[in-house]
Parts: sequence; C-alpha cells; structure tokens
Amino acid sequence: MGERTIIPFGPQHPVLPEPLHLDLILEDEKVVGAVPSIGFVHRGLEKLVEKRDFHEMVYVIERVCGICSFIHGQGYCQTVEGLMGIEIPERAKYLRTIWAELSRVHSHILWLGLMADAYGFESLFMHCWRVREKVLDIFEETTGGRVIFSVCRVGGVWKDIDNDTLKRIVTVLKDVEKEIKELSDVFIKDYTVQKRTRGVGVLTYQEAIDLGAVGPTLRGSGVPMDMRKLGYAAYGELDFEPIVEKDGDCYARTLVRVREVFQSLDLIYQAVNKIPDGEIATKVRGNPPAGEFISRLEQPRGQVIYYAKGNGTKYLDRFRVRTPTFANIAPLLKMLPGSDLADVPILALTIDPCISCTER
Amino acid sequence: MSYLPKSPWLVHYDASSCNGCDIEVLACLTPLYDVERFGVLNIGNPKHADIFVVTGSVNEQNKSVIKNIYDQMADPKVVVAVGACATSGGVFRECYNVQGGVDKVIPVDVYVPGCAARPEAIIDGVVQALGVLEEKYKNMGKVAK
Repeated sequence: MGERTIIPFGPQHPVLPEPLHLDLILEDEKVVGAVPSIGFVHRGLEKLVEKRDFHEMVYVIERVCGICSFIHGQGYCQTVEGLMGIEIPERAKYLRTIWAELSRVHSHILWLGLMADAYGFESLFMHCWRVREKVLDIFEETTGGRVIFSVCRVGGVWKDIDNDTLKRIVTVLKDVEKEIKELSDVFIKDYTVQKRTRGVGVLTYQEAIDLGAVGPTLRGSGVPMDMRKLGYAAYGELDFEPIVEKDGDCYARTLVRVREVFQSLDLIYQAVNKIPDGEIATKVRGNPPAGEFISRLEQPRGQVIYYAKGNGTKYLDRFRVRTPTFANIAPLLKMLPGSDLADVPILALTIDPCISCTER
Repeated sequence: MSYLPKSPWLVHYDASSCNGCDIEVLACLTPLYDVERFGVLNIGNPKHADIFVVTGSVNEQNKSVIKNIYDQMADPKVVVAVGACATSGGVFRECYNVQGGVDKVIPVDVYVPGCAARPEAIIDGVVQALGVLEEKYKNMGKVAK
C-alpha cells in the first residue's frame, strides 16, 4: 500500500479539447478516487431566454454545444412547438431527421478519432477525421455551416434539400460507409487496441441503471434504451432497433458507437427514400402560451431533456436543458476507482464527455 | 510570408467555447487542412508552445487558468483569440457569467472572427501570428533563423 498522491487532470489537458477537471487520488499507479470540479465553461445561457425572444433563442441554444448543435436546435424547436401546439410539415420532420443523423455520424467519427488519439494511435485519429470532413462537406453544402448550421426554426426548417442533392448525399455516404468499415476493423479487431479497451472500466447492467447512465454508455452495458424509439421527428416511420452490447467495458462502448454510425447511415438512406414533397415550415402565430412542456431526444451522447415554460409573452419564463454528459459523470466516477493512471484518459473519453453541454 | 523560419508549436485552451471553434482548431491539424505539414504542432505543454490559441470567452472560473497558461509560456509568445466569443463574448456577451473577450485577461495579438471560425480563418490567424512572433523576436534582440 503506497502513499496517497493527488494528481490534477485538466482543465487544460492534451487528450480533450475541453476543460474537464478531475482531482485523481492515487495509490502508486492505481486510482482510488476522483473528484470532479466544474464551472470552467459555464456561461449561463439559459438565463438569456429573458433577453432574447423565442425565435432568436434557437441560435443561442444551438451554441450550447458545437458538436451536437443541430440536435440542440431541434430539441428547442420541438419543445416550443409542443408548448404552442404547432404541427410541423412532414418534409421538415424528415429533413430534421436527416440532419440529426448526419450529426450523429460526424459526432461518432469525431469521437472514434479522439479515442484513437487517447491511446496514442495518431494515424487512426487522422484517418477518422479525414472521413469526417466528407460529412462536414454535406453540412456546408446543405446549410452553409460546417459545425453550427442555424437551420432549424420554430415551425420547421429554414432550408430545403432538393431531391437530386439528397440522392447525391447518399452516394457520398456510401463512400463514407466503405471507409468507416475499413477503419472500424482497427477498432474492433486490432490486438493492441483491444488490449487498451477490453475489460477496462466495466460498468455492469445494474450499475448503469442505478447511476442513470444514458446513451452509448448505457447501451454498452446491455440496456436497450434509445429515445429515438419515442418516434419524434420522422423516427416513428423508420425501421431501427437500439444497438446494445453486453460487456459494459470500453470495448463495448466503442462497438456501440461504431455500429451506431452504420445505423445512422441506414436511417438516412431510409429517410431519403421516404421523404415526402411539400412545405418545409408552417407559419407561427402568436407567442408561447402560459404552460410547460418537456421533450426528450437522443443525442449522439445520450438522452437529452428540454423543459420550457411560457408566460404568454414572446419571452419564455424558463428554459432548461439536462444534457447526457451530466448524467454520465456519475458512471464515470464509478469506473475510475481501481483503474490505472494510464487508463484515465480513455475512461474519461469513453463517456464521450461534452463539457460545454454540461455546464452551458 | 514566403517561408517559415521555425516550426511554430501551439497550445490550445477552450475557455468557455461551445466546442464549435475547438473542433475547427483540431480540424486544421487533420488531413484536409493539415497544418502539420508546415511543422505546426498542437501540443499540451504550454512551456513548449510559441502560440496560445484561445477559444471562447472569459468567466470567473477560467480566468486564472488562462492567466496561468499564458504565464507558463516562454517569451516570445503570441496570443490568437479564435472565434466571436474569444474576441468579444459573441452570442453569450449578455450572459451573467461571461465577462467578455480574452483580452480582458491577457494581451491578444491576433483576432480571428467567425462563429464558428472556419479552419481557413484560423490558419490565416496563425500565419499572421507568425509575423507578430518574428517581430517580437527582433524586439528581444534575436533574429529567427
């Protein structure tokens, strides 16, 4: 039994572009405890609902996070539409689904790259990000932005994707699929990579439920829960099953994300085949009435909850986001004790932390 | 700027950015833009870095972190503020916990506009920072070779 040392991890750390801070309590090389401290990215943007009207607020909410920005905008719009009782056109629902799934593809590839970087596989990181650029090109072509699109609005979407472009997007994505297949073999079959991920940071089925894990962290422990199954946007008309792995270790969580990339691509193909013609937005009249509304969506990182409270004016009373990373910090603190110091970056990454979502 | 006299290494810190600019900073390093072919490296150690790339605005909690990283860097050093938030607070300007741009805490040499800043803009900002770095070398009585 060695002496206890405390090693600060972050806020500025090479493995994460974001300021996550953990005080790691070590005995020799083993982690026995971890104390997170937060607040480095806190901006207090929920309070801005008092200064920006409910249309302008979409652009603020999109900037909760730059990686899952589209789904934040979509979630906000969905919540306000629910509050106001607006039904958006079918085509808008499908367009939202397509952009949301593209976001998931780009987010998961980004994560795979960061994961490769975390175990020092630099070239794999580069390859993942090279493939990701193709998805970003689609975003730029269809929305004008690479990471922040501002394409969602209350009542629908701002831009349409014409059917020829949709077909071309599918051909580009088929290429992406082929390349991801090659890359995913490294994550799944490579001996050295498996050495770093298999059996590391096991979260059992019961622990995942008790600690309230969400998203791939939860599904990696064998719990088949996916908010897309609620059937919001166009998901109710698409055919898919939540992806589940049983082991609950880093390998299982990697596998869930790899398989979800293919699932998302499949959902996009389905949506492109089924998308109806028609309007892309309905006219919004009046202000959000007094009342409350909650909606739940599936982000790349897991379940996200939005709450809106209106008061009859154009400013909302309250808007609240419960982000997936916040839910996944408790499971992370469960995984850390007992691991080696060298595994801490991998464990921290394995929940796909998004600090700017968490702290807003 | 017809040549790079040295390989500029940069340290990146996310002050309170939304990640948009951060992943664009990383995107600069990866194959499409690939600034590593010019010898530009993103490293974790501030003591090795010449250029400090900050994204996001300043708040009470990260103020001291930014100052700390800046102080650890060896002279001459250049600060590049990337994105609307780092230059002025951007869309979060009126938030209660946002104090404004990075220049409230440390001197900034180059401002890169955009929300999120595009990789081309970030690369341009870093190239301009190299000019500033050379200037600072001269003022210190040294000439970059």
